[in-house]
Amino acid sequence: MFDFRIVTSWIHQMLTSYMSEGWALLIECVAIGIGILLMYAFLAIVLIYMERKICAFFQCRLGPNRVGPFGSIQVFADVFKMLIKEIITIKHVDKFLFALAPYMVIIASILAFSCLPIAKGLEVLDFNIGVFFLMAVSSIGVLGILMAGWSSNNKFSLIGAMRSGAQIISYELSVGLSILTIVVLTGTLQFSEIVEAQADGWFLFKGHIPAFIAFVVFLIAGNAETNRGPFDLPEAESELTAGYHTEYSGMHFGFFYVAEFLNMFTVAGVAASVFLGGWMPLHIPGLDAFNAIMDYIPSIIWFFGKTFFVVFLLMWIKWTFPRLRIDQLLTLEWKYLLPINLANLLLMVLIVVFGLHF
Amino acid sequence: MNGFNKYISSLYNGIVSLLTGMKTSITVFFRKKTTEQYPENRATLKMFDRFRGTLSMPHDEQNHHKCVACGICQMNCPNGTIRIESEIITDEEGKKKKVLKRYMYDLGSCLFCQLCVNTCPHDAIKFDNTFEHAVYTREKLIHQLNHENSTVENK
Repeated sequence: MFDFRIVTSWIHQMLTSYMSEGWALLIECVAIGIGILLMYAFLAIVLIYMERKICAFFQCRLGPNRVGPFGSIQVFADVFKMLIKEIITIKHVDKFLFALAPYMVIIASILAFSCLPIAKGLEVLDFNIGVFFLMAVSSIGVLGILMAGWSSNNKFSLIGAMRSGAQIISYELSVGLSILTIVVLTGTLQFSEIVEAQADGWFLFKGHIPAFIAFVVFLIAGNAETNRGPFDLPEAESELTAGYHTEYSGMHFGFFYVAEFLNMFTVAGVAASVFLGGWMPLHIPGLDAFNAIMDYIPSIIWFFGKTFFVVFLLMWIKWTFPRLRIDQLLTLEWKYLLPINLANLLLMVLIVVFGLHF
Repeated sequence: MNGFNKYISSLYNGIVSLLTGMKTSITVFFRKKTTEQYPENRATLKMFDRFRGTLSMPHDEQNHHKCVACGICQMNCPNGTIRIESEIITDEEGKKKKVLKRYMYDLGSCLFCQLCVNTCPHDAIKFDNTFEHAVYTREKLIHQLNHENSTVENK
C-alpha cells in the first residue's frame, strides 16, 4: 500500500536542503492551503454535478446533458457565471456581519474538511483530539448562519437562521454521541489511529449492532447538521424564500451553497472514516490473498469510493423524503435519536467491557 | 407500559415506512427515463394517443370524409376557429342537399379544447399527433381540412 508520507517527507527534505526550516514550513503551509482550497472547489463542482444528476434520476429525468459530454462542463459554466455576478449591497443591513457571515460558514466548512484522512499518510489536520476538533469547528458554521440571518434585516432570514440554530444545536448531540460510540470501541480520538484500527475489519462489522445503529443515527444527524435533505427547514423555499441566504447574491451566495455541499462531503467522509474504514481497504481476517489484492487498490480510491457511496445515501434520503416541520424535527431528535443514542452508547460500553466485539 | 409500547411501535412503523419510501425511490432511480430529447429523436418520437396536435379530417381511399356540414363544431368552438363553407346541391333524384365545400380551420386561434371533436355527431374530425406548427406568417396557420374534390361518405 503506497504511503503518502514518502512524498511529503521527500518534499520536506528537498525544501530544507535549500532553505531554513522555518521558510520550508511556511512554503509547505501555503502549498497545503492552496491544495486544500483547490480540492475544495473541485469537489464542490463534482458534488453539485452529482447532486443534479442524481436528483434528476430520482425524478425520472436526465439532468444536465447539453454542455460537454453528459453535461459535465455545465457546473464549471455555472461556477464562472456565479463568479462574475454582481454582489448587490443592500440598504439597512448590518454591513460588517453581513459581509462576514459567508466567510464564517466557508471557513468552518474548510476547517472541518481538512480533518479528513484522505489517503494513507495524507492527513492535513491530524492530532490526538481530531474528532473533538472536527466537532468544534463544524459547529462554527451555525454562527455564520445566525449572523447571516440576523444581519440581513429580513424576517425570513431571521426565522431561517433561528431554525438552523435550534436544529444544529440539537443534532450536534447525536453526531457527537454516535461518534463517541466508536471512540469507545477504539479508545482514541485521532482520525489516523481510528482508521488504522480498522485494518482487520471495518467498525461497521467489528462493532456489529451498536456500530450499525450509530452509523444510521450519524447519517440522520449529519444530514440535519448540513441543513440538507428532509431537514432543510432553514432555507425552506416554500415558506422562507431562501431562508438565511435570501439577501445574498453573487459569490457570497455561492459560498453558502458550496459550503452546504462540502459539509455534506465532510459528513460523508467522517462516516466513511469512522464506520467504513476510511482509506483502509476491505480486509477480511484469514483471507490473506484477498487482502493482498485489495491492497493493490490505492488508498485514495478507497476513501473517495466510500465517501461518494455515503454521499449517494444522503442524496437518496434527500430526494425521497418530504421536509419535516420544526416540531417534528425536534421530536425526532429529542424523543428518538438521543435516547436511542444513549442506550446505544451504553450497549457499546458493555460490549467493549465484556469483549463481545470482533 | 402502554406508552412505552406505543413508543416502540411508532418507532418501528416509522422505520418501515421510511424504508418503503426509499425502496420506491430507488426503483424510480433505475427506471427508464421519461425525458424525450426532442430534436435528436425526431425520427422515433411517438406521441401518446390522446395528444391533441392538429385538428384533422380523416378521408378513406375513395376520398370520402364523414362531414355533413351540419355546423355543430363551428357553433361549439369558443374561439371561432372553425369556418364551414357549405353549398346546396341538387342530386340526381331532385332532392336538395347541403354538402361541405370547404372546412377551414385556423390553428392560430385553436384552444385544443376538443369541444368540436366531442360534439361531432358523425365522428368526422379528430385530433392527430403532429405538433410541429411553426410557420412564418399567420396565414399559413389556416388549414383546409377536406381534401380537394372529396365527397361525403354514403351510408
